[in-house]
Amino acid sequence: MSQAKSAAAANTALIHVQAVNKTFLLGDEPVHALNDINLSIQAGEYLSVMGPSGSGKSTLLNMLGLLDVPDNGQYWLNGADTVPMNEEQRAVYRRSHIGFVFQSYHLIPRLSASENIELPLILAGIAPAERKRRLAPVIERLGLGSRAGHLPNQLSGGQRQRVAIGRAIIMKPRMLLADEPTGNLDSQSGAEVVQLLEELNADGITLVVVTHDADLGRRASRRIRMVDGVIVSDDRTSSSDAQSRTDQSDAP
Amino acid sequence: MIRSRDQLGFSIRALLRQRFRTLMQLIAMSIGVLAVVLLTGLGEGARQYVLGEFSVLGKDILIMLPGRKETSGGMPPMTGEGTRDITLQDAQSLLRLPEVERIAPLVVGNAEISRGARSRETLVLGTNSAFFDIRHIQLARGQILPELPLDQPSPVCVIGTTLKQELFAAEPALGQWVGIDTYRCRVIGILADTGTGLGMNMSEALIMPVASSMQLFNTEGVFRVMIDVRSAMGMGVLSRQIEDIMRERHDGQLDVTLITPDSLLKAFDSILSVLTFAIAGIGAISLFVAGVLIMNMTLITVSQRTAEIGLLKALGASSREVRQLFVTEAVMLSLFGALLGTLLAEILLWLVRIRYPEIPFAAPLWATVAATAIAVGCGFLFSWIPASRAAHMAPVTALQHQNGK
Repeated sequence: MSQAKSAAAANTALIHVQAVNKTFLLGDEPVHALNDINLSIQAGEYLSVMGPSGSGKSTLLNMLGLLDVPDNGQYWLNGADTVPMNEEQRAVYRRSHIGFVFQSYHLIPRLSASENIELPLILAGIAPAERKRRLAPVIERLGLGSRAGHLPNQLSGGQRQRVAIGRAIIMKPRMLLADEPTGNLDSQSGAEVVQLLEELNADGITLVVVTHDADLGRRASRRIRMVDGVIVSDDRTSSSDAQSRTDQSDAP
Repeated sequence: MIRSRDQLGFSIRALLRQRFRTLMQLIAMSIGVLAVVLLTGLGEGARQYVLGEFSVLGKDILIMLPGRKETSGGMPPMTGEGTRDITLQDAQSLLRLPEVERIAPLVVGNAEISRGARSRETLVLGTNSAFFDIRHIQLARGQILPELPLDQPSPVCVIGTTLKQELFAAEPALGQWVGIDTYRCRVIGILADTGTGLGMNMSEALIMPVASSMQLFNTEGVFRVMIDVRSAMGMGVLSRQIEDIMRERHDGQLDVTLITPDSLLKAFDSILSVLTFAIAGIGAISLFVAGVLIMNMTLITVSQRTAEIGLLKALGASSREVRQLFVTEAVMLSLFGALLGTLLAEILLWLVRIRYPEIPFAAPLWATVAATAIAVGCGFLFSWIPASRAAHMAPVTALQHQNGK
């Protein structure tokens, strides 16, 4: 019965997380990083996850990004049940559905800006001509034209993060997961990066941002607050999405 | 699925853009391969050289020396302490046997050779015309010793090129007289420059009829007798027949030793083979050390690049693809290293060959192939293990590696 209901919800929402738990051992102490999390995210939403350190927000992001698997519970992504998948299947799913933006950029230092952006296309086995065709508009959109041949250490922090965003969106994923995307940036390049992310959201990509920065968190139309592995609040300013308001009441 | 060309490109870029690390690994691998190829090349060259020296004698030769040592195995005595000399008559009598085709008695001594004001102490060989054929000695000009009865002396001699140079310089030597201590003889032939043979430097030798040399050295016995046998078959039977004749002639006492170059050759060959393998073993150890170096380098590389592995996985690379990237890199590196090492070794061997043209230094094919195979195998195995481990890490763990550093 509840299986049928979650399947139905999974069909409508991009992300449907039900009764998910994740426990780490920190030394001998078990830490309940995700404690019975229920969450639905519709396609195109702009969502921020805030909370103190160790509240489980990064764990939630990693789990949403299929970088980590829950101990139990269900996670439906784009209508597919991801928990039974093996690592290889998750890899394929990550490649085609999810883009990551990290606080420390995670660019490969020996590859140029354009080669870093191209990497997911290479991993997907796309032909060189097609790669070039897809690369050009992304580089232009990021305003990296003159810097495309530079190595990451020749770029400023803001430029590096834009390269990382380019890499995240080159596969045209449905969802962009950003973990403290402005954490290493000064306020001006941070603002530019946020603007870029919000433009991408306006174009239809689902954006989930994990942050400590209250100003950044407030910009999202839906704001989740986590404490000790539990979602303590889920506010939204937008009125456009009344239907997803029922999600929280799904929780037992 | 990543395309193999892109995979290769990724690995090549990884190698080219981390030049220092690549160079270090390349050096390690090439030194390992160089050691194997060079050492086996030198060992094999020495072995071939010694074998070649012995093969000058030919297979169908028996050598009889005075004296007998009853030893079990090992080399027969090279210098006999004969209770009784082997006389020319003894040597002559062997021709009775139908299996014996020719014999060449040999008397060896040192004498002062002089011509005019020049003189020189050198090796004198007393023998007969058959000796030239048995030892495959070529003449540059003139003729070999005349065919004489063994006991007939004749004042003629054949000299080596170095000796000719020292006594005559550029003047013609044929037909000239030289003094040998108190004796005199006429030069009738000059040896071709064939270098050394069985430890005798023939280019400095003077060869004269055996009867003359016995007068010169005032001796009744010969140093050894070379016996040319019609066929190598039944060498054992023939040896016994010769021993019978000698026992009969020496009052029932067997006081000569018969050796075959074959048995000497075998003894030397097995010694030298052991040597070559020992050398190859040393080379293999250095190769293994290079392999371990590659392993360490790969381990360091992999742990340095764990965050990269995490990233590649986050971007959708499978564990297999990640592992392939690192293994391709290491295998390519060891292949280049092996090629470089082989090339360097061949160049060095070539230089050694130029310096010592008489010794055929060359690495055997098996050594080159084995060295390359071990190099690539080390590169493969020692990158597979750490790369597999890294590739199976949960992506989130791998990604945090750098953050946690």
